[in-house]
Amino acid sequence: MTSVREWIDSGRHAVAERWHNAPRWMRWAVIAAVIVFFYALPNREFYQWLGPIPTTGSNFGQVLFTVSIYVLLAVGLNIVVGFAGLLDLGYFGFFAVGAYTVAVLTSPSSDLKTLWPWLLALPVALVLTMVSGVMLGTPTLRLRGDYLAIVTLGFAEMIRVAATASDFLKGQRGFNQIPHPPGSYSDGKPIFGVLDPRPYYWLVLTLIILVVIGVRNLNRSRVGRAWISIREDEDAAQLMGVPTFKFKLWAFASGAFIGGLAGALFAGKQNFVSSQNLELLNSIIILAAVILGGSGNIVGAIVGGGLVAYLIERFRGIEFFGVELYEYRFMFFGLVLVVMMIFRPQGLIPNRRRAAEFKDRRKEVIVGG
Amino acid sequence: MDFNALFSDFGGYTITGLTVGAIYALVALGYTLVYGVLRLINFAHSEVFIAGAFAAIWGWAALGLDGNSVASGFGSIMLYLLVGALIAAVASAGTATVIERVAYRPLRKRNAPPLAFLITAIGASIAIAEAFGIYTRRRPVGAPTLVKNDVLFTVFGAEVTVVQLLILGSALAMMVALDLFINRSRTGRGIRAVAQDANTAALMGINKDRIILVVFVIGGVMAGVAGMLYDIRIGTLTYSVGFLLGLKAFTAAVLGGIGNLRGALVGGLLLGLVENYASALFGSNWKDLAAFVVLVVLLMFRPTGLLGESLGRARA
Repeated sequence: MTSVREWIDSGRHAVAERWHNAPRWMRWAVIAAVIVFFYALPNREFYQWLGPIPTTGSNFGQVLFTVSIYVLLAVGLNIVVGFAGLLDLGYFGFFAVGAYTVAVLTSPSSDLKTLWPWLLALPVALVLTMVSGVMLGTPTLRLRGDYLAIVTLGFAEMIRVAATASDFLKGQRGFNQIPHPPGSYSDGKPIFGVLDPRPYYWLVLTLIILVVIGVRNLNRSRVGRAWISIREDEDAAQLMGVPTFKFKLWAFASGAFIGGLAGALFAGKQNFVSSQNLELLNSIIILAAVILGGSGNIVGAIVGGGLVAYLIERFRGIEFFGVELYEYRFMFFGLVLVVMMIFRPQGLIPNRRRAAEFKDRRKEVIVGG
Repeated sequence: MDFNALFSDFGGYTITGLTVGAIYALVALGYTLVYGVLRLINFAHSEVFIAGAFAAIWGWAALGLDGNSVASGFGSIMLYLLVGALIAAVASAGTATVIERVAYRPLRKRNAPPLAFLITAIGASIAIAEAFGIYTRRRPVGAPTLVKNDVLFTVFGAEVTVVQLLILGSALAMMVALDLFINRSRTGRGIRAVAQDANTAALMGINKDRIILVVFVIGGVMAGVAGMLYDIRIGTLTYSVGFLLGLKAFTAAVLGGIGNLRGALVGGLLLGLVENYASALFGSNWKDLAAFVVLVVLLMFRPTGLLGESLGRARA
C-alpha cells in the first residue's frame, strides 16, 4: 500500500520536476496544445477518434457544456476554500442568484416585464451576486470557520426555499424563454441557438481561460498573499497588519462573482430556470470537486471540477449488476470526501504550500491523543 | 402577515411548536455534547437521527407492525414504544460510534485542521443519507400507528393530544436524566473535564478517547429516541428529512449556546415555537426559512447563544 503510494508520489514529483525545469516555450506549447484540444473536443469529427471518452447516454456537446460550468464553479470556489481557507457550503447559492437575476430581468414570464436582452442583464447579475456575497459575508466572516460553513449552507437553503415558495420567483414552474447571448453568423443565423450546445461550451471555455488568468494574477498579488496568510494562521496575519476581514470579504465576493457568472451563463443556455435547478447537493459536488482536485491550486480545481462533472455524466445510463450507477453518484462523492480527508487531504494535484501545511500539523504533538 | 390565523389558535400553535421543539432539542443535545468536547460540529449527526428513525420503523415491522397497522391495548403499546426506542437508540448510537471511529478518529490522530473534520462530516452525512435513500428506493416509509392521536385535555383553549404529551414527556425525561448523568456521575465529570481542557484532563488520567466515544454514544441515544418520536409524530419517514432537521437542531443548539446542555433544551423549544408562529403568520411554505433567519440574526448579534457556550461550566 505504502509502496504503491510512494511510487505514485515519486512519479508525480518527477512530472512536476520536469514541468518546472522545462523551458518557457515548451510549457507554453503544452498549454496551447491543451487549450486547442479542449476547443476541438465537442466536434464529432474529432471526438469519434477518442474511444470511450465521449458519453454514450447524452449529447457530448451538452455534457461538455455542463462540465465546463462545473469547472468554472470549481475555479470560483477554489478562491474561497483553497486560497482563503473559508469553508463555503452554499456556493451554489451564488449560482442561483446569478441565474435568477438574469431570469427575472429577461424572461417574459417574469412579473417585472423588463424583457432585457441577456447581455444587459449579465452585468446586473454579476453585481448583484457580488453584493449578495458581501451581504452574506459581512455578518458571518467575523465568526469562526465552522459557523461560516453552516450559515452559508443555510443561505443556499434559504434561496431554495424562497425560490420555491415566493410567487415572484415562480417556484417549480420557473421562468421560461430566457433569451440567449447575442451574436449571429454572416448568414443571419444566431450563433447561440437552441439545437447546438457547442457555441455555449466555447463561450464558457473562453471565459474560463480569462477567469483563470485573472484569478492567477490576483493570487500572485498582495491580495493572494494576504489570503494565504489568513489561511495559514488568521491571528498571526492580523497581528502582522493584514486586514483579515477585508480580504476574507474580498475572497468571498470574488468567489461569488464567478458563481454568478456561471449562473448567468447557465440561464442563457438553458433558457429556463426553476427552483428544481437548485438542488442543495450541487454545492457539495462542487466542494468535493475542489477538494478532490487539490484546493488552493487552480489546475487542481479545474481537473477536479472537470473530472467530477464528467464522471457524473459518464455514469448516466451505465448499468452495473442491474443498478444504474448514476443513482449512486452522491453516495460516491460523500465517500470520496471522507476518504480524501483521511488519506490525501491535499487533493490529487495539490498546491505545494497547502500540502506542506497539512504535513506540518501532523508533526505537532498532541497530548493524550 | 396573517395575525388572525395565529391568534385564533395561539394555544394550538404553541403546543405544536413545543412538540416539534422537543424533538429539535433532543437532536440538538448531540451537537452540543460533541461540540463541547471536541469543538467540532458533527455535521453527520443528522444521519445518526435518521438511522434511529429507520431502525424503529424496521424494528416494528419485524414485530409484525407495518405502516398500516394500528396497535391497541395500553400494555402492548407501551411495550412497542419501549422496544422501538431501544432499537432506535442502539442503531443511532452504533451509527455515531462508526462515524467517530471511521471518519473522525483518523483525523484526530493526525491533528488535521478543523476544516478537514467538517468536510469529512459532510461526506459521511451524504454517504449515509444516500445509502438509506437507495435502500428505500427514495420513497417514504410508513410507520405504524401506535398511539391514537386523541385529544387528552385542554389547556387555555389548546387541545393537547396523546402524541404531543408523549413526545414532550419523554423528551423532558431524557433531558433530565442526561443532565443528572453529566452533573452527578463519574463519567459525567470526565466529560466536563475533557470539555474544559482536553489535554489537562488527559494528564489527570482521563481516557480521552473513551470519553469522546461516550459522548458520541449519548448523543446517538438521544437522537435515536428523537427519531422514534419523529416517526410517531409524522407517521412516515423519507431518507432526506434528516438534513433539514439536523440543520434546525444545530440552529437550536447555537440558539441556546452551543456546548451548553440546558441551552439545547431552551434553544430547541424556542426554535419550535418561532417556526410554528412563523408558519401561522407567513404561511407554511415559509416555515423552513424561519430557522435560518433566526440562525443568521443570532450569529450577527449574539454568536454565543442565549445561555452562553461551554459544557465544562455547565454546573460551575
